Amino acid sequence: MSAHTDNKPGLEVDIAGLKLKNPLMPASGTFGYGEEFAPYLDLEQLGAIVTKGVSLLPRAGNPTPRLAETPAGMLNAIGLQNVGIEEFAAQKIEFLRSISTPVVVNFFGNTFEEYVEVAERLCEIERVDAVELNISCPNVKAGGIVFGTDPVTAARVVSAVRAKLRVPLIVKLSPNVTDIALMARAVEEAGADAISCINTLTGMAVDIERRCLHLANGTGGLSGPAIKPVALRMVHQVVNSVSIPVIGIGGIMSAEDALEFLLVGATAVQVGTANLVNPGAMTGILTGIETFFMQHGIEDISDWIGSLR
Amino acid sequence: MKDIKTTVLYNREMAPGYYCLGIAAPEYPALSQAGQFVMLRITHGYDPLLRRPFGIFRTGVLKETNSQLPPQEYMEIVYKVVGHGTNLMTRLNPGDEVGLLGPLGQGFRFGSSAADVPGDALLVGGGIGVVPLFMLAQQLVDRGAGVRLLLGGRSCSDILAVTEFERLGVETYVATDDGTLGEEGLVTRVLERKLSKYPYAHVFACGPMPMLHAVEQICTRAQAPLQVSLEALMACGVGACLGCVVKGREHSAHHPDYLCTCKQGPVFTARELNWSSATGEEQK
Repeated sequence: MSAHTDNKPGLEVDIAGLKLKNPLMPASGTFGYGEEFAPYLDLEQLGAIVTKGVSLLPRAGNPTPRLAETPAGMLNAIGLQNVGIEEFAAQKIEFLRSISTPVVVNFFGNTFEEYVEVAERLCEIERVDAVELNISCPNVKAGGIVFGTDPVTAARVVSAVRAKLRVPLIVKLSPNVTDIALMARAVEEAGADAISCINTLTGMAVDIERRCLHLANGTGGLSGPAIKPVALRMVHQVVNSVSIPVIGIGGIMSAEDALEFLLVGATAVQVGTANLVNPGAMTGILTGIETFFMQHGIEDISDWIGSLR
Repeated sequence: MKDIKTTVLYNREMAPGYYCLGIAAPEYPALSQAGQFVMLRITHGYDPLLRRPFGIFRTGVLKETNSQLPPQEYMEIVYKVVGHGTNLMTRLNPGDEVGLLGPLGQGFRFGSSAADVPGDALLVGGGIGVVPLFMLAQQLVDRGAGVRLLLGGRSCSDILAVTEFERLGVETYVATDDGTLGEEGLVTRVLERKLSKYPYAHVFACGPMPMLHAVEQICTRAQAPLQVSLEALMACGVGACLGCVVKGREHSAHHPDYLCTCKQGPVFTARELNWSSATGEEQK
């Protein structure tokens, strides 16, 4: 670790060879392609940028309403609307090349073959510094969750994708399983370089006046502070089941929330819903982590990560 | 557009179930375009968790007489109490802190330069949909355009801000479903009549989706250029969450052409939108 002459704590972390200046990154789908947030925070301050999930072909996504607010949380059923890999390569990544922050591209497929093909295409794109494999979206019938709830299927897609890639592979796990540790071990064994967890929890909101479900899709993914205790438990469990780095996600709204995930052993964290509430949220979280470390005499983040007594 | 912490100046009930909220808003008078909106956060806590989008009703500068205080730039929103979030908003008091993100989105467009006289305009508002039309009327009047306003609502208590428009010199026609104010019936019937008598250069409309749908059909028949301001559920307001999308003209399942109400709207020209696939079907 480098010396910190101005007595600011060291925040650098390493995710499978990907060096991050700090452990903060946005969660996929809450930060667009980065550009949308440039007016509200300095993107160079972030540990990494994680893009909206991309698929082989453009996807329309689900009908509206796609959103519902629930106590201390929200449900979304966007349905992985995205521009497709071609337009992503031609248009969206251009902006990200202008900044030095590592770019993590989240991707998914409708079929096994599509997952592999997207991975191949991602290899050809300059500045894809790492990828995050989404096998956990609860809002689409075809891809996503089908691959993320069965350890054998998950392992098969992870190893096929791993074989095509030259950059670190992060696998994003679903909480909608009986035993997340089992899934974590399966993807680690299949070649995942890191795990991010958790994706959203499947939920539902009901309108008693109109006697209908709030979301056009019926169900949606629950995120926000409401899911933090579940996420902490699962991250803790996964950290104790694998030896690859784990990125903690789930309802992080403040520096204190992020510190909790790091304390239970997450090497880095992703901030999701907080970006939607406050587009500059990650700046405040970063400052808060630094302040906490300085107040508590933590010189380097490695002294904090997984240091639960 | 920026995200600021600021304070409530006043929060008054202007009609049963409708409130007018004034917020200290530096630079808003200079920055805001008619038709833009803000994302308002009323708590540090998680109830409500998400901000709510509100159209800007007007902006201005308050100067208390006999006061030593500097003039106060402010913006005003008008909201209808419809659910949990707006219910909590009724409890806001002067001095309370709120978070204000904005001004956001694309507003109404008329004429390319400030020197152009935009041509006569017909404004159509349904209920709370009158909100973004006030600043528009102000700007059109300032630029020398003739402006008429058609307002519709269920009942007389849903007809807002008539006095404010009349003070601008805007001729106002009202239609209510129950006939308690103005003529009985739909505002779209008034629109049809007006358009048949005079070739307006612009029609600007905001209101519930079924009303906008009818307005679009009438304007297409009359070949009157139409801009509509849409309302949508939003989480972020900055084009990231894709929660507020509406179908664009070329939309199909294989060629998604979704437009973000927050970023590409909330004001759209009628031609940008896909009316045939019933934007209304998604609003149920």
